[in-house]
Amino acid sequence: MAMTFTKKEQGIYSLDVTGYVCPHPQIYTKKALEKIHGGDVLEVTFDNPSSSESVSAMCDSNGNEIIEKIAEGGKFTFRIKKA
Amino acid sequence: MEIAIPRKNIIWAYVIVGFFGLVSVITFAMHEYYAYLSAYLWFGFIYGMCLQYGRFCFASAFRDLFAVGVPRMVVGIMIATLLFAITSNLVAATGWSTFHAAPVSMHALIAGLIFGVGMVFAGGCASGSLYKTGEGNGVSLLVILSISATQALFVDWGGVFNKFVPASWHESALQKGLPDSINVGDGWVDQYLAGYVWNQPVKTYAQTLGMQDDTLTGALLGNAFAGVFIPAVIILAIVYIFWVRKNYIKKISAEKGGSITYKDHLNGFWSMIMASKRTSIAGLLLGIACGLQMFVIEGLRMKFGVKNAGTILERLGHDFGISAKGTVFDPGYWYVTTQEAQWVGWTLQKLGLNNMDNIYFGWVNGIPNPAMNPADWMSVALIGGAAVMALLHGEFKFKAPTRELAFWAILGGFFMGIGSRLALGCNVGAFFVRTAMGDMSGWLFGLGMIGGAFIGVKIFNWYTERKMAKEMAGFDLDL
Repeated sequence: MAMTFTKKEQGIYSLDVTGYVCPHPQIYTKKALEKIHGGDVLEVTFDNPSSSESVSAMCDSNGNEIIEKIAEGGKFTFRIKKA
Repeated sequence: MEIAIPRKNIIWAYVIVGFFGLVSVITFAMHEYYAYLSAYLWFGFIYGMCLQYGRFCFASAFRDLFAVGVPRMVVGIMIATLLFAITSNLVAATGWSTFHAAPVSMHALIAGLIFGVGMVFAGGCASGSLYKTGEGNGVSLLVILSISATQALFVDWGGVFNKFVPASWHESALQKGLPDSINVGDGWVDQYLAGYVWNQPVKTYAQTLGMQDDTLTGALLGNAFAGVFIPAVIILAIVYIFWVRKNYIKKISAEKGGSITYKDHLNGFWSMIMASKRTSIAGLLLGIACGLQMFVIEGLRMKFGVKNAGTILERLGHDFGISAKGTVFDPGYWYVTTQEAQWVGWTLQKLGLNNMDNIYFGWVNGIPNPAMNPADWMSVALIGGAAVMALLHGEFKFKAPTRELAFWAILGGFFMGIGSRLALGCNVGAFFVRTAMGDMSGWLFGLGMIGGAFIGVKIFNWYTERKMAKEMAGFDLDL
């Protein structure tokens, strides 16, 4: 499955990197966060377990807030609010 | 983040543990020599569990630092290396170490560079790809296949590649007195090994400081403290200064205000260490297990009166693929890539291609049946251990590789295979173990690996930037 970036509604974007391994999920997440506006929300979906720590650490370091983390059936969805 | 663990995951975890348990019990009932192979198996299982739990991947260490500014894995790996240095050097001080230092020269740096680029492309290092295969990741399995095949073919490259061998290597290789069956004058890697690498000095930090490796002072002060602790602290300080300090100051200033003191920076440095808790715990357990494996394997060698598993295999009647020296690959510690090359070498040999006329297989490591290869037992169990841990954490998921990821996996595996053979090891054998044991070639390979990761990240950034720009083209964003 290819990487997809979509706009769900005003100020809310979705990035689906399901099927990708390191370093794709964290690099795409970083680039998407760099490009959306402050206060916007990015919903990242991935199924590479080690990316969950990398994305969490990256958000913590950059001041972006992870407002929700969902994990089900080996799939992760993080809702990240850009600072 | 709460994860519901399906009942079938727990059942599968029991099935895997039960399978390895049965293998150990049944084979031991056949002959006590199989305890030697089972020792490798259970240490591999522990490594797999630790690697998966700590997401322990050398590729992600410097790649995540360069690509997304996340230092947690560099910290974890430095801690694990330090802890392993303590346990393994304690074993070395008793004289029970199974470790042999490698030649030191620029070849380790160049090999590390090639390996580093490969591990970024592949999405995991040699050991990381093993544990991720245990998570059900088809891309990582493809990486392993690529590393395995590349190595087995690379060590036998002759013909046109002989033209790229300097005359001095050729002459020097011929003077090593190797048996005719190895045909050392034919093959690029053979002449590189016998004509160049074997001529390089073998040095440890303890020896350089005038100490002996098998004394408490030499092992702990020379190899663990001077060879690992000091360089690791320098690397961690660099990581803190260039990647962590800025954001930490911002955070602390917002919380308490006022100027930042020296003590604040020490707290920041410590919080960077503690932020990698999960990786650090895995590192601690890995370090202990790695040291313990050396102790156990050497103990079994003494019990069975052997110096190498080749003798055990011969006594058990499995003499196919044993090297001209009567040995098989039997490091006595954690290793990854050689056993991967061996099973492809064994397959090619069975298909009629002579793979015993090179130094790597024919003179040193052999190509025993993978079902009887101790190091293969370790790798298979490592995948199993990682699978159990992933199942118990609800993180197991079968993932077939897409064409895009298959391309990166094969390319990355190819570079890692070449780098591994040039360095005589991968991120584990050439970096983790050698560095911890005070072998001076370990940090050289590590520096090359860091450089390679940097180059790999630059290429990956360019690639993903183009894809991202295309995907976001229709939106009102800062492209």
